[in-house]
Amino acid sequence: MTTAPLRYHILHDTSYHYDQPVGESRQLVRLTPRDLPWQRSLAHRIEVQPEPSRLLEFIDGFGNPVSSLHLEAGHDQLLIRAESWIELHPRTLSPLMESPAWEGVRETLSYRAERRFEPDALQATRFKFESAHVRVKREFAQYTLEIFGPGRPLLDAVNSLMERIHEEFTFDPEATDVATPVTEVFAKRRGVCQDFSHFMISCLRSMGLAARYVSGYLLTRPPPGKPRLIGADATHAWVSVFCPQQGWVDFDPTNNLQPNLEHITVGWGRDFADVSPLRGVILGGGEHEPEIAVTVVPEVEFDLVYGGDTVPELGRREPAEEAEEDLD
Amino acid sequence: MPDSLLKNYLISPERYDEMVAFDGQPRSHWRPLLEHLGVQDDEVLDRRIQFIQDAIETDGVSYNIYGDVQGTKRLWELDALPLLLSSQEWATLSEAVAQRATLLDAVLGDLYGDQNLVAEGFLPPALVYGQRAFKWPCVGHRPPSGHFLQLYAVDVARAPDGHWWVIADRTQGPSGAGYALQNRIILSRAFPDAFRELQVEPLANFFRALQDGFARFTPNDGDSPLVVLLTPGPYNETYFEHAFLARYLGFPLVEGQDLTVRDDTVYLKTLKGLRRVHGILRRLDDDFCDPLELRADSALGVPGLMHAVRARRVYIGNAIGSGVLESGALFGFLPGVCQRLLGEPLKMPSVASWWCGEAPALDYALDHLDDLVIKAAFPSMRMEPVFGHQLKGEARKEMVSRIQAQPHAYVAQEWVRLSQAPVWSSRHDHRAVPRSFGMRLFATATPNGYVVMPGALGRVAPRHGVEVISMQRGGSSKDVWIPSEGPVHRTTLLKSRLGVIDLVCTGSEIPSRVGENLFWMGRYAERCEASARLLRSVLTRLSSRADDDENVLPDLLAACRRIEILPKPEKPLSPGETEKLVVGAVCNPKVNGSVAANVQALTFSADQVRERLSSDNWHALTRLGRLFENHTASTSFALTALDRVMLDCISLAGFAMDDMVRDEGWRFLILGRRIERLAGLAGLISGVLGSRRESRERSLEWLLETANSIVTYRARYRRTPEVLPVAHLLVFDESNPHAVAFQIFALERYLARTSRELGLGRPDTLHAVAEQLQEFDLTRLEAEDSEDACADLAVLLRTIRATAFALSDEVHRRFFIHTDEVRQ
Repeated sequence: MTTAPLRYHILHDTSYHYDQPVGESRQLVRLTPRDLPWQRSLAHRIEVQPEPSRLLEFIDGFGNPVSSLHLEAGHDQLLIRAESWIELHPRTLSPLMESPAWEGVRETLSYRAERRFEPDALQATRFKFESAHVRVKREFAQYTLEIFGPGRPLLDAVNSLMERIHEEFTFDPEATDVATPVTEVFAKRRGVCQDFSHFMISCLRSMGLAARYVSGYLLTRPPPGKPRLIGADATHAWVSVFCPQQGWVDFDPTNNLQPNLEHITVGWGRDFADVSPLRGVILGGGEHEPEIAVTVVPEVEFDLVYGGDTVPELGRREPAEEAEEDLD
Repeated sequence: MPDSLLKNYLISPERYDEMVAFDGQPRSHWRPLLEHLGVQDDEVLDRRIQFIQDAIETDGVSYNIYGDVQGTKRLWELDALPLLLSSQEWATLSEAVAQRATLLDAVLGDLYGDQNLVAEGFLPPALVYGQRAFKWPCVGHRPPSGHFLQLYAVDVARAPDGHWWVIADRTQGPSGAGYALQNRIILSRAFPDAFRELQVEPLANFFRALQDGFARFTPNDGDSPLVVLLTPGPYNETYFEHAFLARYLGFPLVEGQDLTVRDDTVYLKTLKGLRRVHGILRRLDDDFCDPLELRADSALGVPGLMHAVRARRVYIGNAIGSGVLESGALFGFLPGVCQRLLGEPLKMPSVASWWCGEAPALDYALDHLDDLVIKAAFPSMRMEPVFGHQLKGEARKEMVSRIQAQPHAYVAQEWVRLSQAPVWSSRHDHRAVPRSFGMRLFATATPNGYVVMPGALGRVAPRHGVEVISMQRGGSSKDVWIPSEGPVHRTTLLKSRLGVIDLVCTGSEIPSRVGENLFWMGRYAERCEASARLLRSVLTRLSSRADDDENVLPDLLAACRRIEILPKPEKPLSPGETEKLVVGAVCNPKVNGSVAANVQALTFSADQVRERLSSDNWHALTRLGRLFENHTASTSFALTALDRVMLDCISLAGFAMDDMVRDEGWRFLILGRRIERLAGLAGLISGVLGSRRESRERSLEWLLETANSIVTYRARYRRTPEVLPVAHLLVFDESNPHAVAFQIFALERYLARTSRELGLGRPDTLHAVAEQLQEFDLTRLEAEDSEDACADLAVLLRTIRATAFALSDEVHRRFFIHTDEVRQ
C-alpha cells in the first residue's frame, strides 16, 4: 500500500441541448468535493455557460456544498463544468474483526426514553430510516440475517454482505434507470452502482443500522494498451456504514472493496435524491437528455491526457462517444 | 324546556352529552337558547332553516370531494343549532390551546434548529428523521418572525368524564377557520335575536389578529407589506375557503405560477408588472412548495421559494416543514417535551397513545387491541384509522403482522367515546337528535403570544352511531357559541355596506396568469373556428367527390399542409386514405393541431379563468368540450362536429364582444383572437398568392369562403373572383373584420391602450409590417402579368405571419412572464 498522497484532476462536464428554447432555468449543483481527513480539495471551480444571472453557494442539511444557479435569459443549451484538483491520503482501515458486534451497534442507535445519544450516534440516526430510494423491509432483513450471525463483528459482517451482493448481482446498465425501486433491483439482482448502493443501504437499515449513500468518482483503468480518454469516466456511488468506534466506514459493493486511494468523495446523503449532482427546474425546453463527460486523471498522467496543454475550453469540444452512461 | 324540540333526544350513559346533564336536565349555559327556541313556533323555525340553506347556496359555500367525478363540488352542510360552550370552560380550553400552539412552535424551532429534543432523548429519532414530513432543506433556517406556526388548529373531543382531549394537531396549513367564520356569518343572521341576547363572543377580532400578526411578522423593510394567500387551486377540497379567507383578510389569492423568485425575493406577477411579496399565508402542502428542493414533480409550487426562505426575505405561515408535527405518534412524548421546553405541565392531554416503535408500547398495543384505534404514525402513509374491536380473523392477523414488521410506523390510540350534541333533523319531525361531536380550534401568532379564536368549527357525524367525523365522509358542521359574561363589542372586517371609495372599475392587480389564460383562450377559440372552416371546405368536397371540384381539392389540401393542419404525405394517398386523414385532423385529439386537440386546449385555458366567464359562455364551452368524447370517427360525424364547433365558436366570439367587462383581462382575450386570426389569414392568403397562376385563380373562391368573406365579395362585385378585388377585400380592406389590415390596426389600438394602462412599454413589433402594407401599390395587381406583384405580396404576408407569432412571444414576455423586467 502506498503511503504518499495521490493527486487527481477531475473534469465533470454536463451539457443540455434543448429542442426548444428555455426561458428561465434554476439548477442546484452538487459537484464540489468535500474536505475530509483523507481528502483535500486543492483547487475547485464551477463554470457555467451561458453566464447565470445569479450564482450562490450554500451548505445543505448534510453538510454538502451546493451551488445554486439562476438563468433568466433565454438559452437553448446549458453547459456546466466542475473542475477539481484533489489530494488523497491513505486511509487507516481498521481490521474488520476488531469492530463491535452488530447487535451492540444496533442497540447504540436505538431509542430509549430519556437516554441521551452519544453525539456521533445521534448524527448517525439520520441515516437509519426509509428515504426516497431506500426501503426498510422484512425480506431485506432476512437476506442480511443470513450473513449477520449472532455476535459477528459489524465491519466483518458488512464486508460479507458487500461480497454477497457483488457475487449475486449482475452489473447491467440496461436493467434499471434512476427511478427503479430498490425492491425491483432485488428481484432482478441487476443494476448499476446506484442500485447496488441503495440495496446495500436498504439491507443495513432494515437491520436497524445506519448507512449513508456516498457520491463521488472512481479512477478507472483504460483497457490494456489503450490511452486514457477524455470523458470516458463516470460518477460513482458507494456505501458508508456507521460503527461507534471507527466512525463511518466505506464499502463499494459494485467493486467489492473498501474505498481508499482511488475513490474521490463529493458528498453524501440518505440516498441518491439527497446528492444528485444536478437538479433543476426549467421553463420550456421540450425533450432533452443531458450529456455527461467525466474525466479522472492522476496528476502524473495529466500532461499525457491533455497534451501538455490545459483542459479544453468549455463548449468547444464534442463529448467523447464513450460517455453515454452517466453511472458506473 | 320545549318538548317539541327535544322529544326524540336520548342521552347515552356511555357518553357525555353537550346539552343535557346526566340527570336529564339541560345544562345551565344551554337554557337561554332553548328557552328562546322554545317560544318560536315551528313555522318560524322552518323559515330560519330555509334561510340557512339559501345562504349556503347563494354564497356558494362548498367543499370539494376528492375522487368525485361529478363536478367535485359539494354544498357545505351547516346544522341549524349552534353548540354552546360556557365561558368558564372556554377560558380553560383557550389557555390550553394557546399553550399547545406555543409548545409546538417551540418544538419546530428545536427540530429545525439545534435538535436538542432528539439528542436528550425527549423525542425518538424515528419520529423526526424517519418522517417524510421532516424537510431537510429547512434545517437551520429560522423564520424572520421567529414563528413557525402562524395559524395552528387542533381537533379536540370530549371524553365521557367531561374532559377535552386532543385528537389531532394541524400544523401545516390548517383548514376550517374560514368555514367557521362563514358558519358564524350565516347562523348569526338566521338567529339574530338569540345571538344578541346570548352576547356571543365575536370572531372578527381573531381574524384581525391574524391579519395584523402576519403583516407585522413580515420582513417588509419599511414597505407596506403585501401578504398573499397561496392556494393549490380550484381542485383543492377547501378552495372555497381559500377564496373566502383571501377576500375577508384582503390578501390576494394566488397560485404557485403567479409567484416568481428573483434574487431570493418573492414577487407576484401582475399585468402591471412584478410586486414584491412579503408574506405568504400558505394552503399548499410542504411537499409541493418548491419543485427545485422539495417534490420535483410539483407543478403547484414556486421554484426557488426555499432560497427566499433561507435569505429570510419572505415570511411563510406556516413555515415549510411544519407538517412533521401532524403525526399522532408524538402525543405520548409531549408532556415531557412541554416540561423541557416551557418548564410547565401540558394543560390539555392528548388522547392516550402508544407509539409502537417503543417495545413496551408495542406489547401493550397488541395486548389491548380491542380497546384501541390503530393509526399511521406518519400522515404521509395515508392510512384510514382501524378500530381494533372491528378486526376479526384474517384481517386481525394481517394487521398484527404489519405492525410487528414495522412497529415504528404505527400508533395505537385509546378508543375515545365521543361526546354527543344535538343536531336539527328535518327527517325526524323537526326535532333535535344526538350525533357524535368534535371540534377544531384555532390559534394565531401575534407579537403578544398566541391568540385563540373564541369559537370553533364544530363537526358532527353524518348518522347516529358513527364514530369518525370527517367532512370528506359526509359529516356536517356546527357553529360554536361562547356566551360572554359582559356586553361584547362587535366589529367585522367585512364592510356592512360599500361606499363610493370601494367601487371597483378595473382590476389593477389582475394576476398575469389570468391575462395569459384569457389570451390563449382567445387564440384557441379563433384557431378552432378557422381550422374548422377550412377543414369543412375540404371534407365536403372530399365526401361528395363532385367532378367540378376535383381541381380545387389538391389546392385545398396543399393549403392545409402549409399551415400544418394536415401532415405532408410520404407517398401519394388514395381519396379514401385522404378522407381518413382529414377525419383524424378533425376528431382525434391526439393528432397535433387537430380541431379536437385545439378544443381541448381551449377548454383547458377557459377552465383556469372560469370565474370570469358568464354561465352562458361556460355552457358553450362545456358543450364544445364534450363534443369529441365517445364518438366513432366518421365523415358524417366529422361534418356535424365541424358545424357545431363553428357555431359554438361564433357564440364565444359573440360573448366576448357583448358579454364581458372590458378590463385588461378582456383586452388580452381580444389580443389573442386578433393575433391568431392575423397569422391564420396571412398564412392562407400568402399560400394562394404564392402558387402557380392556374392554381391561384382556382383557389380564390374557396379562399373567400374560408375567410368568411364570400358574401361580401358577391354583394360588392357580382362576378367570379379575381385576384385584385380578392386581395383588396382580404388583405387591405380595414373595414373587413376578416382582412389582414383590420387585424393589424385593431392590434395596434389594443396594444397602445393596454400598454398605457398597465404602464409598460408598448411593443412596436407591428410597425414595420403595417407601413409596408400601406406602401404596397395595389395597381400592380391590375396588370395583365401580375406574377411579380403576387409573389411580392405573398412574401410580405409571410413576414406578417412570422411577425404575428413574434408579437405573441413579445406579449408573453412583457405582460405574463416578466423575465425582461429590471430588478430592484
